[in-house]
Amino acid sequence: MSVVELLVPNRRPDIRGGPTAPWPGGHGDRRTRRVLLVLLAVALAVVAAFMLLGVRGSWAFALELRATKVAAMVVVAAAVGTSTVLFQTITTNRILTPSIMGFDALYVLIQSAAVYWLGGLEVSRVRPEVRFAVETAAMVGFALVLHRLLFGSTGRDLHAVVLAGVVCGTLFASGSDLVGRLIDPNEFVVLADRLFASVNTVREELLALSAVVVAGGAGLAWRGRRQLDVVALGRETALGLGVDHRRVVTAQLVLVAVLVAVPTALVGPVTFLGLLTANLARQLTGTSRHAVVLPAATLLGVIALVGGQLVLERLLGFGTALGIVVNLVGGLYFLVLLMKEGRR
Amino acid sequence: MIVIDGVTKSYGSTVVVDDVSLVLPRGGVTAVIGPNGAGKSTLLSIVGRLLAPDRGSVTVDGMDVVSTPSRDLARRLAILRQDTHLSVRVTVRELVAFGRFPHSRGRLSADDNAAVAEAIAFLELEPYAERYLDQLSGGQRQRAFVAMTLAQRTDYVLLDEPLASLDMRHSAAMMRLLHRMASELGRTVVVVIHDINFASWHADRIVAMRDGRVVADGPPTDIVEGAVLSDVFDTPVDVHEVAGKRLGVYFG
Repeated sequence: MSVVELLVPNRRPDIRGGPTAPWPGGHGDRRTRRVLLVLLAVALAVVAAFMLLGVRGSWAFALELRATKVAAMVVVAAAVGTSTVLFQTITTNRILTPSIMGFDALYVLIQSAAVYWLGGLEVSRVRPEVRFAVETAAMVGFALVLHRLLFGSTGRDLHAVVLAGVVCGTLFASGSDLVGRLIDPNEFVVLADRLFASVNTVREELLALSAVVVAGGAGLAWRGRRQLDVVALGRETALGLGVDHRRVVTAQLVLVAVLVAVPTALVGPVTFLGLLTANLARQLTGTSRHAVVLPAATLLGVIALVGGQLVLERLLGFGTALGIVVNLVGGLYFLVLLMKEGRR
Repeated sequence: MIVIDGVTKSYGSTVVVDDVSLVLPRGGVTAVIGPNGAGKSTLLSIVGRLLAPDRGSVTVDGMDVVSTPSRDLARRLAILRQDTHLSVRVTVRELVAFGRFPHSRGRLSADDNAAVAEAIAFLELEPYAERYLDQLSGGQRQRAFVAMTLAQRTDYVLLDEPLASLDMRHSAAMMRLLHRMASELGRTVVVVIHDINFASWHADRIVAMRDGRVVADGPPTDIVEGAVLSDVFDTPVDVHEVAGKRLGVYFG
């Protein structure tokens, strides 16, 4: 059994599942709706707790500060959740995430290279919107190269593509390492500041722009949700059912690249979050329908991020960066998936 | 009518389908037979626009399969491939409902639901309709996929080895079903089959392929001949008449 097969969370039959409503008029699926409502309630509770607990001094100041953080986390949750679900749909694979395929590492490399070639000062002087646009363009370019690898006329062997992605990711990461060693220590400080995921250093100037981009992207994904359900069946079945597979996949991959660029630009790389939320969303709702999984993944992302930040700030006293917690929890979940599959 | 005109497909230097021209008129069950690597599945995939030919063209009722929008074609022609692995978890009913996608774009009307229910009943899948595919046996899963193609309600239905994981009872039932689809519902069924005897017993027409070419084409009485089959399969085949049908014996 190959590693990839081992990793695919092919869940056991769920006997508790009960009958599901016929697809996709299945707004009546009671269990699914209940899960979504519970997730929404938990997300709202966590946000409320984050906003209101332990305010000292000026309420207005505290609320404004916290509202900015919450807004950033909601944007990140929507972007990471949506992009991972879309990526897994077009690759018809449950463990591939944009970050495993090297998207995050590319972002880090772009940052490092920019600081190295242009100098930290110059990079800081570039308007954030411009930087954002350049980074997004680079990510989209990479996505299109990946697309050639994934769906090019020759190699469509998934294992080969995963390997190519992992190799790309390692290459990008090594490139960043190299730059980190070559760079002036003062410049490195500028760089490090950009590379640690933390909502305490939200690039506020990008928040509004990010929110608009993510809302647009999530809206596009939502509009295509029924078609995405068919794409998830695989290329040939989708083609047979009249979906212009190549066009849809290209469009979705560009969308994924944009949605990956947003959270990394806003708070920094949040590697494991997508894997966690996309798979948990399917597991908890017991369906793969995008009409359910897309909102569920976003809500789970909000719960994980805001809840994590709540624990960090109130219980651990800012002891560590959020990115580390996300990777810890995500990594543990990944291991659980592995062990569950390994035992079978 | 499906018109295949000079279709060629090669992978590297291996020619898999070699200048095939064939006309499949409306109606009836056509079985495509031949040894492994004869190009049967590749030809079927080209007709079903899953693969683009290197040369030549295929039209379905005058619509070129390469240039016609996929959705328009999906309402005229359904294709089921042999490899039906799914990475998503769906119930039988959900899967069959996907067959309505070319018509409904995912919003099921009462009509669509009726087509789904009918397809499920046709393949005796009612007891499993709410089960997930990964809870079914290989044969049940196979029937669920055929039900999906049936729910598509297309004039043409192409099936690649639909008997692959079926036992005797379900193989025979599947062939009877395909025959009924053709005779009662007026569908044109094209099926790639391994077993020449199922082809002989149930098909109205047999197309025999070898080395990427069509080597024989006609009613079962013409094709199920010792000399023809021995040549197609490159192994001695004796043909005997049983209950008015011709059967090939090739076990020796």
